[in-house]
Amino acid sequence: MSGNGRDGQDGKDRRDRQGVRDMRDGRIVIVGASLAGLRAAEALRDEGFSGSLTLVGEEPHPPYDRPPLSKQVLLGRVRAQDCGLPARRETDAQWMLGVRATGLDPAGKRVLLGNGDQLPYDRLLIATGTRARPWPDSGEAALDGVFTLRTSDDAGRLAERLESGPRRVLVIGAGFTGSEIASACRERGLEVTVAERGRAPLIGALGATAGAFAATLQRAHGVDLRCEVTVTALRGSGGRLTGAEFSDGSRIDADVAVVALGAVRNTEWLADSGLAAGPRGVACDAGCRAFDMYGIVTDDIFVAGDVARFPHPLFEYQMLALEHWGNAVAQAEVAAHNMVSPATLRRPHLAVPAFWSSQFGLNIKSVGVPTFSDQVVIAQGSPEERRLVAVYGYRGRVTAAVSVNMAKWLDYYRHLIETAAPFPPGPGAADGVAGSEPVPSDVPDPHVLSHGPTVALTGHLPDRRLTLLRPDS
Amino acid sequence: MRIAVDLNRCQGYAQCVFLAPGVFELHGDEALMYTPAPPADQRERVLRAAAACPVQAIVTGEPVGSEGPYVR
Ligand SMILES: Cc1cc2nc3c(=O)[nH]c(=O)nc-3n(C[C@H](O)[C@H](O)[C@H](O)COP(=O)(O)OP(=O)(O)OC[C@H]3O[C@@H](n4cnc5c(N)ncnc54)[C@H](O)[C@@H]3O)c2cc1C
Ligand code: SF4
Repeated sequence: MSGNGRDGQDGKDRRDRQGVRDMRDGRIVIVGASLAGLRAAEALRDEGFSGSLTLVGEEPHPPYDRPPLSKQVLLGRVRAQDCGLPARRETDAQWMLGVRATGLDPAGKRVLLGNGDQLPYDRLLIATGTRARPWPDSGEAALDGVFTLRTSDDAGRLAERLESGPRRVLVIGAGFTGSEIASACRERGLEVTVAERGRAPLIGALGATAGAFAATLQRAHGVDLRCEVTVTALRGSGGRLTGAEFSDGSRIDADVAVVALGAVRNTEWLADSGLAAGPRGVACDAGCRAFDMYGIVTDDIFVAGDVARFPHPLFEYQMLALEHWGNAVAQAEVAAHNMVSPATLRRPHLAVPAFWSSQFGLNIKSVGVPTFSDQVVIAQGSPEERRLVAVYGYRGRVTAAVSVNMAKWLDYYRHLIETAAPFPPGPGAADGVAGSEPVPSDVPDPHVLSHGPTVALTGHLPDRRLTLLRPDS
Repeated sequence: MRIAVDLNRCQGYAQCVFLAPGVFELHGDEALMYTPAPPADQRERVLRAAAACPVQAIVTGEPVGSEGPYVR
């Protein structure tokens, strides 16, 4: 190695010099080789990073796209193994796949790996995302016919089972994933029961108005939707699922159950790292730099994607944890930029949160943070037409909008959010009679849901108890 | 070849559906569905569709890792 201590002991000197010298060199390690990890790797090269780049991923597969898994794949139109992400460019990276990071030593600047190796880094990106929350009873979870849906392997197994024509599918949890699964099943002509502990589907992410709409929609499509019940037991015989029991005393026969209870953040490997990492994610600043457990920001450890929680100025610097495709991409790009830029050139991650879902033939899209609201108004369209825009406000300003088959309008509302426009919004965008009055947005306490909200305010609003995203397991 | 569509950007203009109907389709009025790994003979059509998308929502490329090397 070169004589100036490139791999050696005087790492501190090197780090000091690095600040002023060339941030485009050195060793970058990315843990988590999925959407955020891949896009960060590409952005690092776009930014001119010429040092060594290593991605560590627990899954054996190269990065793939998850949104199609609950849509095209469950409909049987696309095979799970055919959802690989396109490379935007060459990354000249070393990919360590099927390898789990088990620990982090920030002082020694090393990632500890499940295979016993240690991986030294100069800068680290944490992009370990989330996993499916498992069914709490491990014996029941092991029954043949019980599934979760997060990975491509999960989707492949579930799609195969749906193909075999089960008599009834039970979906536990009516968040976005659960609702999309139910939609795919109905489209395939399968009988579906959806069980949700909250008052309505999607209510955790979108509040009661959209929840009521989603409930009507599901029932109109033949879903046996049961709200305000919990599944108390999964029944089996000979190792195979045969049915389920509910808290209201009822029971059903089912040969497939999909557990869609939301996501768990993959932070266990950071437990002894001294970082501010826990069930709510890894806390970082708006520049994607991780906080340590004393709330002091690090300068060589960055976070992006589903595992991150970060303050957003548009939402009163609430710490947000977003389980959104678009956030993983945008945050990865900001993290990559900041990893190779001196302090004065760093950028904040300010993108307005946005996501989409398609279910029961409808295109549902959201901008802003619907749970950051006290009121909602249907500004355009109506539930009866199955096309509408619901606009959310908090203390008199617009904070979110959700469209159903009216996606073209969302840019307009994004602009209102970015400019903190007054709520309720004026008639500017309306193509028809709005007609409705604002009503309470009625976002429930996440503890009463079985699905998790995919947007979590992980701090708190001063006037409400929205302190935690979902029950800890 | 692989495709990913940023459906936050997509506004359902359906140019892609028109140019590569075997790969992109509208599901209902507005929801775009696509084949993430289109067959090789669709390549030219997909590239034309991606170029024509008014909001540049379609990302195309080779599967990640086709460049290798992988270490386990
Ligand atoms: C079925 C499904 C449908 C979805 N649909 C939509 C949608 O319609 N719209 C939308 O906006 N979003 C959707 N999403 C969400 C979107 O896919 C995620 O926001 C996105 O995948 C986040 O990317 P990520 O890279 O941050 O995390 P992940 O994709 O979760 O990737 C994290 C990776 O890190 C790996 N990892 C974890 N721990 C370790 C460790 N210790 N060592 C090494 N590797 C580790 C994991 O194995 C995983 O591969 C959907 C998600 C799912 C599951
Ligand atoms: S051309 Fe672009 S905007 Fe139009 S449907 Fe296709 S991806 Fe969406």
